[in-house]
Amino acid sequence: MAVEMAYSELAAPVDLNHPGHYVHWGVVQISVANLVVIGLMVLVFVAAVLLPFPKGRGRR
Amino acid sequence: MSDSASPSGNATRDAKRVGGWTGAARRYAVRTLPPEKLLPDTQPAYMASWIYVFGVLTVSSLIVAVATGCVLALEGPGWWHASSVGKYVNSLHLWSVELFMFFMVIHLWGKFFMAAWRGRRAMTWMTGAVCFLASVGTAFTGYLVQQNFDSQWISGQAKDGLNAVGIGAWFNVLDFGQMLMWHIVLLPLVLGLLTAWHVLLVRRRGIVPPIDALAPEPDEQSAATAVQP
Repeated sequence: MAVEMAYSELAAPVDLNHPGHYVHWGVVQISVANLVVIGLMVLVFVAAVLLPFPKGRGRR
Repeated sequence: MSDSASPSGNATRDAKRVGGWTGAARRYAVRTLPPEKLLPDTQPAYMASWIYVFGVLTVSSLIVAVATGCVLALEGPGWWHASSVGKYVNSLHLWSVELFMFFMVIHLWGKFFMAAWRGRRAMTWMTGAVCFLASVGTAFTGYLVQQNFDSQWISGQAKDGLNAVGIGAWFNVLDFGQMLMWHIVLLPLVLGLLTAWHVLLVRRRGIVPPIDALAPEPDEQSAATAVQP
């Protein structure tokens, strides 16, 4: 019992032991997990373009 | 009389031949990649942007993936599936690859919208693009050699696709030994060589300037030998 509880506390926030969720859009079919990763990449890309970079030395 | 036939011309030619093929290789390497370009003291001001960080993040993730892969190879699947330390190193290998692909895609987007093939950088762009394709193949064969039901299911699905394009008999995803060799020998070798070539080309040609920026003039160290366009 104690082992099971420890496992449940340490379990991943997303249950990977069941079929994933999918988004269907016409002929496009993509898992929610992959869609989240693509969304994160777009967010990080936009942030990298817009956020100022700390000033440093040794540049010309 | 041509210069090469004169005594001074012969002396110049003899000086160039000193050292045999090793000397010639050294002169070529120093001429192609002078130390001040290989390990520069300064970088252009336009590099002060987060978008220029993703190349080195990609290489850093690759180093972690290769290092953890070497540990997995030393210990074997009985270790990475059963022991807690093995599972941890296995997870490090997976997540370093996840980050590697994540950073590489952002690096690709950044360089695409910067038209990074400008200024004689076509080979830098092409080696990067082929690196991306080799990485997809390396990640795919990695999923096939996990030795669990997940890899069994992926290879079962993939064989139909590969048979449909006619290469399933040669690249057999159900052949564990073949996929393991592709994953830990052939593709890492190709990816490692291409990455090294890509990074050396970045050093040789310099990082690409933003579209509306001018590349800096050669600094004082290289100005004496720089060829003016």
